[in-house]
Amino acid sequence: MGEFNVHRVRFFDYMPSAIRALAFQPQRERIAVARTDGTVEIFNRADCFFQEKVIPGRQQAATEALAWVGDRLFSAGLNGEIIEYDLDNNKTKYTIDAYGGPIWSITSNKQGTHLAVGCEDGTVKLFEVHEDRIQFERNLAKQKGRIISLSWHPSGSKIVAGMMDVIHIFDTETGQSVQRLLVDRGVGTSRSQECVVWSVVYLSDGTIISGDSAGKVKMWDSRTGTLIKSHQVTKWDVLTLSVSQDETSLAVGTSEGHVVQFQFLSMVLGQEDKEWVRTRTFKNHTHDVRAVLEVNTAIVSGGMDTQFVVRPLLDKIDERGQASALRNIQFPHRRLVSCARKAGLLLFQYPGHLELWRYYSNGEEHICCSAVSPCGGWIAYSTVASFRLYRLHCENNNVSIIKVSKLPKVLSSANQICFSSDSSHLFVASTLLIFYLPSSSQGSGQAINLLAASEDGKWLASANSDHEVQIYNLNKMKPHCTVPVHSSGVSAMAIHPTTNNLFMVHADQQLTEYSVEKKQYTDWSRQVQRHGLHSLWLERDTPVTNVTFNPKNPAHIVLHDMYMFCIIDQTLPLPDQRSQFYNQLTLRSMPEKERKKHSHAFKMCKIFKELLFVELMEDQSLVVVERPLMDITAQLPAPVRQKKFAT
Amino acid sequence: MVEESGIRVVRCGGNKISFRAPIISKDSRYEFLLCASGDLVKVFSTSTEECVHVLEGHTGQVTGVILNPTNHLQVYSCSADGTIRLWDFIDGILIKFFLAVSKSVFVSPENFQLVALHLPKVPEQEVEAREMSAVLCNISSNPGSTAMGRGGEYVASVMGRQLTVYFFKKLKTYRFSLKATDKKGAKNAFTCVACHPKDDCIATGHEDGKIRLWRNFNQKKEYTYSTQHWHHDAVGTLCFTTEGMHLLSGGVESVLVQWHCEEVNKKDFLPRLGGAISHICVSPDGQMYSTSHLDNKINIIHCSLKLSAVIQGLVKGNIWTDLMIDPRTRALVMNGRPGHLQFYSLQQDKQLYSLDIVQQEYINQEGLDQFEVMRAAFSVGGTWLATVEERGRCTSDLESSLKLWVYNEKAQSFELNTTITAAHQDRIMHMCFSPSTETTMLVTTAWDNQFKVWLLGLDSDTQKEHASWSCDYVGSYHGLQPTNCCFSSDGSLLAVSFKEVVTIWSSDTWELLTTLCQPPGPIRELCFGRLSCSKYLLGTTAKNLFCWNLLTCSLEWSTPMDVCLLRSDPLSENVVAFSLHSGNTDLFVFRPSEPRPLFTQKAVCGGKVQRCVFSPREEPLDSCDERFQWLNRSRLYFLTELMELLTFSTKAEDERILNSRKQLLVDDSVAVTPFYLLLGKHRQQQEEKQNSGVSQAADRVQPPQASVAIKELLHTPAHVLPAASFLCSMFVNSLLISNTGSRNLQEEKPFSFPLCSGTNGQICWLGM
Repeated sequence: MGEFNVHRVRFFDYMPSAIRALAFQPQRERIAVARTDGTVEIFNRADCFFQEKVIPGRQQAATEALAWVGDRLFSAGLNGEIIEYDLDNNKTKYTIDAYGGPIWSITSNKQGTHLAVGCEDGTVKLFEVHEDRIQFERNLAKQKGRIISLSWHPSGSKIVAGMMDVIHIFDTETGQSVQRLLVDRGVGTSRSQECVVWSVVYLSDGTIISGDSAGKVKMWDSRTGTLIKSHQVTKWDVLTLSVSQDETSLAVGTSEGHVVQFQFLSMVLGQEDKEWVRTRTFKNHTHDVRAVLEVNTAIVSGGMDTQFVVRPLLDKIDERGQASALRNIQFPHRRLVSCARKAGLLLFQYPGHLELWRYYSNGEEHICCSAVSPCGGWIAYSTVASFRLYRLHCENNNVSIIKVSKLPKVLSSANQICFSSDSSHLFVASTLLIFYLPSSSQGSGQAINLLAASEDGKWLASANSDHEVQIYNLNKMKPHCTVPVHSSGVSAMAIHPTTNNLFMVHADQQLTEYSVEKKQYTDWSRQVQRHGLHSLWLERDTPVTNVTFNPKNPAHIVLHDMYMFCIIDQTLPLPDQRSQFYNQLTLRSMPEKERKKHSHAFKMCKIFKELLFVELMEDQSLVVVERPLMDITAQLPAPVRQKKFAT
Repeated sequence: MVEESGIRVVRCGGNKISFRAPIISKDSRYEFLLCASGDLVKVFSTSTEECVHVLEGHTGQVTGVILNPTNHLQVYSCSADGTIRLWDFIDGILIKFFLAVSKSVFVSPENFQLVALHLPKVPEQEVEAREMSAVLCNISSNPGSTAMGRGGEYVASVMGRQLTVYFFKKLKTYRFSLKATDKKGAKNAFTCVACHPKDDCIATGHEDGKIRLWRNFNQKKEYTYSTQHWHHDAVGTLCFTTEGMHLLSGGVESVLVQWHCEEVNKKDFLPRLGGAISHICVSPDGQMYSTSHLDNKINIIHCSLKLSAVIQGLVKGNIWTDLMIDPRTRALVMNGRPGHLQFYSLQQDKQLYSLDIVQQEYINQEGLDQFEVMRAAFSVGGTWLATVEERGRCTSDLESSLKLWVYNEKAQSFELNTTITAAHQDRIMHMCFSPSTETTMLVTTAWDNQFKVWLLGLDSDTQKEHASWSCDYVGSYHGLQPTNCCFSSDGSLLAVSFKEVVTIWSSDTWELLTTLCQPPGPIRELCFGRLSCSKYLLGTTAKNLFCWNLLTCSLEWSTPMDVCLLRSDPLSENVVAFSLHSGNTDLFVFRPSEPRPLFTQKAVCGGKVQRCVFSPREEPLDSCDERFQWLNRSRLYFLTELMELLTFSTKAEDERILNSRKQLLVDDSVAVTPFYLLLGKHRQQQEEKQNSGVSQAADRVQPPQASVAIKELLHTPAHVLPAASFLCSMFVNSLLISNTGSRNLQEEKPFSFPLCSGTNGQICWLGM
């Protein structure tokens, strides 16, 4: 496999932002994640929780809540605006002001006809959902104090609102408050502080479950307005609640970073009357759990520590496999680093600026993609609203940068940018595919999230979030062919410099190789499909985010995910299910002759910290961009103090 | 064992009472605690801590006691002898006994199985229970790892890392396994199990101190459990309270933890209960808890977590000190709880008190090096107690201190007088007080090749009344290591053995008088003869027993035997020697003046005898048999390898005990009510009459015709009974005493029931 000079890069201070809200779309199994910087990410539950889309945020956006209405995604924030997102183009569709001050919560009814928002001024505002817009319908009876949390009864006739020290139940027909439930304050010093009802859930049997800042989860009977049971879950705040689709399980997120599960169980086996019983506790977070979701087979949670944690419920899963593994998503499933292979430059993409040894800063809109040309002479980036191209001159440590004006109008925004290998062409993709320098464009339905250009400048491959991969002939400027659609999205792809084979890695860890010229899968790819990949390879929980090739040895493909990088040698046999997968150490101890017999195609390397980027340069040196998770945790605010045993 | 010879080895008290979980039950007045203790079941009163009854009959270790579910005054006990017995524990009567294990069933000791035994309902007292069906195979031998569920519908058992639940009605078994270890290296093995009495909830304790509450366990996959963690070490035992409001748990920490089932985060603690908690049980009314501890102790705790009574048996942990008899209380003194000396009354089979020597909190955690009492000695009158405590025996940095305690008459206990830290450079091996009455003197020998003499004296510097101990003389002999020391019975001579040499010192001048040497082999034990034999000095080596005459300074006699223990009776000339011979210990009793032993017994017990002591009798026996005369003044107690305390009992003694036990059966079954006062007086007078009167009194009490009238009155159905007024005169007549009795009755107060027949036919008591 050879030896490389390694450039270990640790000066990319990538810092993800905290997760504020989660919302689940059960029909298409999409999870929307809102972060504190206004970014909204869409994860596909069916496709190994692959991050399909990223809608970049803005500086002032303070998203507080998310709501799905059918396939449409809405968010509301403390700036008082409701946003609908255009999920095809990965941008906001429109914004309307609710005129009720900061919005704390937004929720849709089960029928999908209305949205309710809870505002700072104490009103619950109902919006009617139309085909293309939403329309303000009415205010429910105004209360004193802010509306923190909302939940519809599944029938849609009632809505429950959590406020300070009190919970109100509104009739949506009359708009009047029908019940008022008083919530106890905490004991001790917190007695003087108002009790904030951070989250409420209205169940179809009329039970209301509330979680409050006194650390209690309370079950109420909405008909009589009485407290059924109170569980002291934590000493600090209960921040979020989520009930499963069948209303038998409840997940509770707390300030301690714990997720506590409650289950609706019969106390005497075989009898009908059931009670909510506290069962499991998951301690996967170090900071506040701000959002939690019960997704049929798993509990998804996110919070201040920026992690997106998928904790599978093993009792709902039949067999061991990818679905039964704990997933901890920390890094985005896309590239944030571009590399000028020939010039040896690295470009880091931050939300607010780009860094090529830190020299350029941007305005208030967040950058959604960026690229540096292989020769190092060009930098291109795009925000949601605009596209910029810069000419770069590097002469003896003097770096000068000139903005290229007079870009064509069609270049307004981009999802993916790619330079051709000789730096003569720039490819820009949104839903349209644009070839810049000799300008041209091609259209498709979904936003393109990956581009790959061939070394000889003849081919370009694009992948979109519908899992479709198109190949274009750049000489003829027209589509060449479409790769057969795989069930899982493409997480990384590249065209081989010598053979012009398109190498694709999917979110479910499958590997495919497609011959562009022959318009069919290569023999190696078919062999992989037939033989199957090793279970240890399939059980990895982070997708491959970059593919490169070894210029010296065309049979070597270099891949990396968050925890490892790997070289696949296509000349060697594939590993058997029984054989040892991580076999480098064993091989090293063997005599030369036996090594051949035991070696297989996958060479894994795990010596680095968490990886953001790995690239093989022209001179056979390896550039490794690390971002140790320890450094990220060190930058987080201090968590709530907890007594640890023996400290 | 050797019953025909009129003497037998008996186990004398000190049995383990915390071997199995006890049970608490109550009759109308008293609450009782029943626990298995050896092959007995002991019934204690929870209010007085006294042993009320002993249920005797099993011939093997009692392995469990359980209340009869239909009668809370009866108890079932099972034993390793293969029988189950049903007792009435209020009266201490055996009601039934079931022969359980049929010979055909082979049970291997490693592979335990849970069987359901059908107890046939037949009137005979001795029943053979044949119907037996296996419920679960391969269960843990610890009864704490099997529990019956709500209403006996299922049984839960844990073994290793697997929980098995068997439903009796559905005949279905569910098994739930935990992973070997999780990422943090937690030990997931189960240690104990308990079932909620009202809900379907199983609590399991684990090796890493976690408690899991399992629910929905009739599902293969959708079972669920919640985890609680407080214990830092393995959970020893779990128990739900009667109503299921609380879960009690205990372990090595010796803290009783009360978990609230409703509010899982809330828990109450009762710390510092003693040794590790091995069992917890709850009374049927839920008012009392009891915790059994590994140091042979049962605490009775009120449900508000207040300690209400302590039943302490003989603590048999690590024993380093000799067995001693406290001359004042005649209690057996030895190591008790860590850092304590226990005073155990052998007559009452009860701990009198525990003296805290170390006076430091003991931390219940393994692997800690903590102070332990290593040596102790009493002065002749029992006024002084010397103790040696040590720490760091295994490591090189030894810390030790010699403490001298004086008996305070006012406080009725020992008080610390002097503490000498690092009395010697190295470990103190042996110490003894001088038996002379004039001076109070203590001699210690240690591994630093010195022996030191300590003397009580007034401290000249401080000029205080308070007398304290100080070193008077330091002796050594050729840099050899001293092992044993012993004073002659008048205290004038001190014998110290240095390896193979015995040196004799004058206790007045500390002059080395003579040396005695009898190689080969170092001296193991050293002992002066008593009374008429006080001129003899006995010594043992690995191969020989020597007897020197100190008047001639020559060897009187020697005999080749491997004596492991040598003790002299302080009240007679007798000396007892234990010798290990082919796995068994033989006993020899002899006088130093006579080479012929007075009494020998082969194979007194298996294994090596650890310690022995002579305890003076309160009243001497007058056994005429020459062979047992050595037992007349004192009793011999000895401790075997298995930490069993044994003694010799003669036939006469056995009979006396049996007689005294019969007298103990006092009729106290009537509650103190107004009715009882009435009746009690009646009975009292009857008794008086019986005592004073003649035999005719018996006839008077129950005139034959009276019983007929009452029978008629009580046994005829009410609807066919004539009017009460009609019967009244007959009834009253039947109760009256006929005047045909003897004359001396007239001298007593005339006895009659003041009765009155009401106009409506009711009979009412007027009172006296």
